[in-house]
Formats: sequence, C-alpha cells, structure tokens
Amino acid sequence: MPESHGRVAACPGPELPLSMGLSVMMKRLLESLSAWVMLGAFIVPGVLWAESSVEEEPSDMALPLVDIQDMSAEIEPPAPDPEAVFAEQVDRLATGNLRERREMAEALVEGGHPRAGMILNALLEGRLLTTWSTPETPALIILQRGEDAPGRVEQAVTGEVLADGVPSGARAVPINNPMRNLLRDLAAMADMNHALPQRRILASERLMRGSLGPEQMALIESRLLVEEHPRVIDALEITQAVGLLRHEDAQVRLESLERLRGSLLAVVRSTVGAVAEQDPDPIVRQHAVETLEAIQTRIAFYRFTENLFFGLSLGSVLLLAALGLAITFGVMGVINMAHGELIMIGAYTTWFLQTLMPGNLTTALLLAIPAAFLISGLVGVAMERGIIQFLYGRPLETLLATFGLSLILQQAVRSLFSPLNQAVASPEWISGSLAVNPVLSLTWNRIYILIFALLVFLALLLILKRTTLGLKVRAVSQNRAMARSLGVRASWVDAMTFGLGAGIAGVAGVALAQLTNVGPNMGQSYIVDSFMVVVFGGVGNIWGTFVGALGLGVMTKFMEPFAGAVLAKIFVLIFIILFIQYRPRGLFPQKGRSAEA
Amino acid sequence: MLTRLLLSDRGGLIILALLTALIIYVPIGNLLLPADSPLHVSTFTVTLLGKFLCFALLALAIDLIWGYAGILSLGHGAFFGLGGYVMGMYLTRQIGDRGVYGHPELPDFMVFMNYDSLPWYWQGFDQFWFALLMVMLVPGLLALVFGWMAFRSRVSGVYFAIITQALVFALMLAFFRNEMGFGGNNGLTDFKDILGFDITARQTRVTLFVISGVCLIGAYLMCRFIITSRFGRVLVAIRDAESRTRFAGYQVESYKLWLFVFSAMLAGIAGALYVPQVGIINPGEFSPIASIEAVLWVAVGGRGSLFGAIIGAFSVNGAKTWFTTVYPEVWLFALGTLFVLVTLFLPRGIAGIFRTLGQWTSRKPKGDEQ
Repeated sequence: MPESHGRVAACPGPELPLSMGLSVMMKRLLESLSAWVMLGAFIVPGVLWAESSVEEEPSDMALPLVDIQDMSAEIEPPAPDPEAVFAEQVDRLATGNLRERREMAEALVEGGHPRAGMILNALLEGRLLTTWSTPETPALIILQRGEDAPGRVEQAVTGEVLADGVPSGARAVPINNPMRNLLRDLAAMADMNHALPQRRILASERLMRGSLGPEQMALIESRLLVEEHPRVIDALEITQAVGLLRHEDAQVRLESLERLRGSLLAVVRSTVGAVAEQDPDPIVRQHAVETLEAIQTRIAFYRFTENLFFGLSLGSVLLLAALGLAITFGVMGVINMAHGELIMIGAYTTWFLQTLMPGNLTTALLLAIPAAFLISGLVGVAMERGIIQFLYGRPLETLLATFGLSLILQQAVRSLFSPLNQAVASPEWISGSLAVNPVLSLTWNRIYILIFALLVFLALLLILKRTTLGLKVRAVSQNRAMARSLGVRASWVDAMTFGLGAGIAGVAGVALAQLTNVGPNMGQSYIVDSFMVVVFGGVGNIWGTFVGALGLGVMTKFMEPFAGAVLAKIFVLIFIILFIQYRPRGLFPQKGRSAEA
Repeated sequence: MLTRLLLSDRGGLIILALLTALIIYVPIGNLLLPADSPLHVSTFTVTLLGKFLCFALLALAIDLIWGYAGILSLGHGAFFGLGGYVMGMYLTRQIGDRGVYGHPELPDFMVFMNYDSLPWYWQGFDQFWFALLMVMLVPGLLALVFGWMAFRSRVSGVYFAIITQALVFALMLAFFRNEMGFGGNNGLTDFKDILGFDITARQTRVTLFVISGVCLIGAYLMCRFIITSRFGRVLVAIRDAESRTRFAGYQVESYKLWLFVFSAMLAGIAGALYVPQVGIINPGEFSPIASIEAVLWVAVGGRGSLFGAIIGAFSVNGAKTWFTTVYPEVWLFALGTLFVLVTLFLPRGIAGIFRTLGQWTSRKPKGDEQ
C-alpha cells in the first residue's frame, strides 16, 4: 500500500473530473500551478517513493468506473442535494490545491455529513487515495479504512466497497504540516457528531491535544447541550476545562482546575503542569500544584493496582504450573522432573484440537481442558505404574528416573510434531484488553487465566477435601500402613493421585498455551519455578502452594519496575534460598508424625 | 598410607591404572606417533578425552558428597562454572591487545559496552597464581556461605537439592546479564594463550590433558583418603542416620560443611581445567539441566563408589558423543531410557555390577536413603 506519511505523493494535475464545470477548470488550472510551485520541494521525492512502492502491486486491476452518471447528473442544476454537495467537497478535497483543500475540509465539517469525520481522519493518516484522472476516467477517490475495519477499501463518497482493493496508481492525497494541524482539529470536530460514543470521547480527547480555540470551545459547548451519554459528557467537560485554563478570569481557571482533579489523561497532566509553572496568578499556580499532586496520587494508586494485577497474573501462572506438582511432590513425595513435560502435553493437546477444528477456536479450547486432563492424567498413571511405583521412598532416584522420562517425552514431541514452536491461536474473547482508565488497562487473557487458576485450585481443594478419593489420598500420604490395614488399596490410590497431579499439569498447559509459545522445551521453563513455589509454600499443603505462588508472583512484579525482570527473578531466588534457611519446611509446614516421613 | 588408600579398592586400582595408562599413552600417541599410524591419537580426541577427564573430576566431587554424606546437590554446575569463569578471566586478560578492538587492557566485550577501565573484580586476574588461587577460593567461599546457612538450618534431602537448583539458576540468570561484566550471553572466548603457550597448539592441548589426568588421580586419592579416614566413617554415619549421629555427639553440620566446601573446590578445579581445553565459558554451564546431567553421570556410574563416578562420566559422555554424531535424534531417547533403566535395575550403577561380580562374599554396605 502506498502510505504517504503526509508527504506529497500524488500530483494535483490539470486533468479534472468531468463533474467540474469549465470555469472551475480554468480556476483550477491556475491554482494547481501555484500548488506545483508550493509543493515543488516535496513532490519529486514523494512521487518517486510512492511509485516505487506501488509497482510491487499487481498492476492489471481494472479501474472501477464509479459514479460517472451520478456526478454528471449534477452538472446542470447545482442542486442543493446534500449528498451532491458532499461528493463535490470530497472531490475537491482530494484533487484541489492546498488552499482549496483547507476550505473544503472546513466546509465538510460544517456540512456535518456522517462520513465527513472518517474522510478527514483518513486524509490526516494518509489513507485517502486518488488515482490519476483522464478525461475518460475521472479521478477515483478511495478510502482505506483504518483500525475500525482494517483492510477494507471503499469509495470515499459512497462507502461502496472496492473488492479489488487499492487500484494501481493510486496515491495518497498529499497534505503539509499547517494542513495537518488544521485537519487534526477538524477531524476531531467532525467526529464530535459520530454515532459511536467511543468515537465522540476520542474526538473530545483529540480536541484537547489540538489548539482549543474559540471555534472548538463553541463546538464543545454546543455538543454538551445535546449530549446524553454520561461518559462523553465527562470527556467533553474535561476538554472544556482544559480549554478554560487559558481563560482570562482567574476564578474560571481555578474552577476548571478543580474539575481536572479526576482526570488521568497525559495531556491534562502536562497542561496542568504548565499552568503550575506559568500561570500569572500565584493562587492559580498553587492550586495547579495541588491538582497535579492529586492526579499523581491517583496515578500511583493505579500503577500499584496494575503491578498487583500483573503480580497476581504471574502468580496464577505459577499456581497453575505448581498445583500438579503440589500433588505429586507435595502429597506423594515424588520429585517429578517430568512435570513440565506433562504441562507441555496439555499445551500440545490444545494445539492439536485447534488444528482439528480450525474454524472453532472457542470449542477447541473448551474441549481441550478435559482432553488435556485425560491425556496428561493417563500419561501420569502410566508413569506411576511403569516406573515410579518401584521407587517410593527413594526421592532422589525418582528424580533421576523422571528426568530421564522428561528427556524421552521432549524428544518424542520433537520427533512426532516438530522441533519448532507451534502457534496456538486465542479466541477473540480472550484477546484484547479491558481499559479501566487511561493509565490502567488489563489484558483479558491474563484476567481469564487468573480466574481459571482459581477455579482449578478450588476444584482440587474440593477433590482433596470432599471426595472419597481425596480422603484416601490424604490417608495414604499420612500413614500408608494404617490406611492399607483399613482396606485402602494404597497402590491404586497412588496411581490415581499421580494421575490427578499429572492431569492438573495438563490443564495448566491448556491455559499456558494462551500465554506463551508451545514447543518441546516449554516444560523446562516451568519446572524450576514450580519447585520453588512448592518448596516455598510448604510441601504437602496446597494452601501453601496457593499463597506461595501468588506471593512470589506479586513479589516479582513489584521488584521489576526498579530492578528489571532478570534481577527481580534473581532476587526472588535468593529470597527463597534465604527463606528456606529460616523456615526449612516452607511457609506452612506439615506438622505431626507424617511430617517426618 | 598409600596402601591404606588402595587396599580393598580393587575397582579403584583398575581405574587408576587405566587412567595412568591413558595419561602416558595419549601424549605419545599424539605427539610421537605419525598421523597415519593406526595407534595415532588425533588432537580432537585429546581434547575430547581431556573434557571427559574434567567431567570425571566434577562427577567425583558430586559423588563425594552425594554418595558418602547423602547431600544431593543439583547445583554443582555453579562451582564448576565459577571455576571456569575464573580461568576464563585469566585467559581473557592474556589476550591483551590482540582482541578485535585492540584495546591494551579491556576485553572486547568491555570495549563494546563502553567500559572506561577494568571493573574492580577483574583486577589481579592477569596473574596466573592469583587466578589459580581464585579457582579454588571463589567456589569454596560460595560453598562455605551457602553450606553454612543451609546445614545450620538443617536443610537437607529434597529441600537442599532444590535450593541448590535455585542457586545455579540464579547464577545463570545473573551471568546472562551483560551488566555483570562477564560477557553476558556470549561468555568469555577467543582465548590466545595460557602462561605464554599458544592455547591451540598440540603440545599445549596434550599438556592440559595430562594435567587434567594428574588432577583427577590426585583428587581421587584425596577423596579416597577422606572416606577411609575417621572423618569418612562419620560421614557415612551421617548419611545413613543423621539424627543418631548428632545424638552421638558429632557436629553433623561442620562435617557436612567442610566436605561440601572441598567438593565445591574440586568442581571449581574441574571447571578451570575444562575452559582452556574447550576454549569458551558461557552461562550455559550454569543451566540447571547441566547440573542434573552431572548428577546422572554419578548415578549411572554408581553412587557411593568413587571410581564409579569416573566410569559414569566417561561412559555417559562417551555415549553422548557417539550418539549425537551418529544418531542425533535418538540421543535423548537413549539417555532418557538409560536413566530410567539404571535407577530401576541398577541402583548401584555400573560400579554395582563390578561389585556384585567381584565381591560377592563381602557384605554389601546397607544404603539407606534420606
């Protein structure tokens, strides 16, 4: 796409659309000549640059002949049809000279056409394109939609979609710096009447960054009279207050400072900062300083909240990764070095289900949770029956054997699929973020994973405390001989417990696949952390794991801003080493006889 | 004294004899025999065997604490790596102005990172004796502080294993940071010479090989001395029944601590010998997996038998070299299966086979795990 960065990329040549009258044509010829002189410095490099980038596109597209009839119909009587006026304004905005463009931009805003804001924004961002016009084919004015509909190319005036995309030879309509400043205000003013409240809020915020002259203030005032949406009213009032900071009456300035206390926008901060230094009235300066402090306090609060959230989010990842280990290591005393690989199996299950049903990400993800639990759980039971059951009471040997298993599983995944990372897609409702206010926005995937981790934890807690299996698990882990003599099939319970831990690792893999890369090595990155969490929390106590995971997560994130990610992690590791000296059995040590086992 | 060390250690005697033969034969095979002779030993093989000797020394260090005092360290790579870095620092200083940037004093990566002068902790490493001292002091001190804290709080068994893993992981992260001043990700490399000898020359390689071999034999004898002494018998008592030994009046912590420090120094020496032979040291040596692998050499060779550690280091690394060149995909399968089988069927490792074959009359020492 030829994306001119506002530099001149198209040539406002003498060829004109048929819709223009002859007099206009003459006038234009003269004006375009002056435009040539004005822009001479830009044009040559701009055109060269635009051409070189255009040439890469397929050039055999036919130019759609649009609107010739419509436009020619308007030649005879200059009907006061607003659509026709709009069409002509857009046309002259795109093909006229600079002065004419400025006039047209203003006229567009005055006209209040619903597409006006969109077109001005596109012009500002270099997304408004024109083709060369010849007497046979008038210039086509094209609008590339921005973020609201990425990739959509349409006819600027009518909004008709051009299926072929951008025709070859289309260049961005050029603008220069004074024009850009004007456009910024104008585009915002045009958007002021946009149907979507978010766009109106955005427009209001853009006005705040603009000149905020009497014209804009008047517009805000008039919009405030009709506006009904509470958040838009809020935004407009703040913009108005920023504008009123320049009012000659000190009382008005003080009042608007008062109103700005609640705002967290960067522009508000910098404007209030400027007032605090430059205002002629010392009382106003004093108030501005206070307002700034109030704003800073609120920002500090939200930063804290953000850190807390990211800490809890990291903690939830650690919790998911460590919960399975809390069962296998904590309850059974098996050092399962293949735990990370069980997580990996869960993640690959997600990926595999997604490739099976590519159209339905949500179903695939929801199905992956039980599937991963079953697959990882079965692998776990197989591990327990095949190897680990012969090694009970010898934790260090178990460590070696499971490490060997982890190597086998890694290599198996590498040989079966690929040594490369696999891309796991997220359903739409997981991506994106929740913007609470300008300084605090939380990503949805982290929110969901936090909730998910808590649910998994609760489920595990219920299984252990409320089910027969949980009862037997606890009985066997506390006193194996006694449990057996009361009729518990200890070896069966062992297998089920290990399967449960492994299955939870698999479920963790489903969630982690939404956050990180899925590859044969992914398990290794969790294994050390998981052990730290379990040991920190206290072996044999899943509440300890819960507190340990969230605590370590929050601790890491609060250290990161001033220590950096790597140093924060090093500090956490050192903290754990020192903590173990102080409480060798973790935060919540097991008490009683079973602890000595 | 030598008789006490070597008597009733038939396996050790055989290994020592083999090592001595290797030390004598390899220089002759490499330097004196012509290249086309079937008995010629290529320089590549010399370096490879030299590497194995260093690994064997590391395995010996791990076996000493794990096999005889029940201290499982999953972080012995930390001491190995630190010894290696100390030697790497000496070798880096020896490059002098022959680096890419040609700075008379600063190593390339420091010039690249706009250092004005050498950081204080790099001072003195241009002296060989100082580096040699540090090779033992740095790992020893770390082990002293770490072990003092851990043993004093009676951190043992699995917990100790995991905090040593935390230690080595923290060191890896730290050395990956460029700001640490140890070359970050790339580590230290491009060494030119050691004590004035060209480091890539055949003669230097062979000399380093011989030194590694002699160190290994020396370390073996020292370890043997420790475990056959009264000290060693207390260690085995600690391994098998720590509380009982403590109640009998022994200061369990200081026994463990000094053994741990000694073992860390051995690992440091192994690292220091390893670096000039492979020509590079980077933070990868600190990866927790590398440390676990070293423990596995001991497990395969036979925990609780010193010569077993040497056998383990040689056989696992030999198999690794062979597999990774011939069947690279199969290597991890083979290694993994090996560990599973060894722990299941050979709890005393390869040395255990010899022991059951050779000493079926003698009573097996009863190994009681933590």
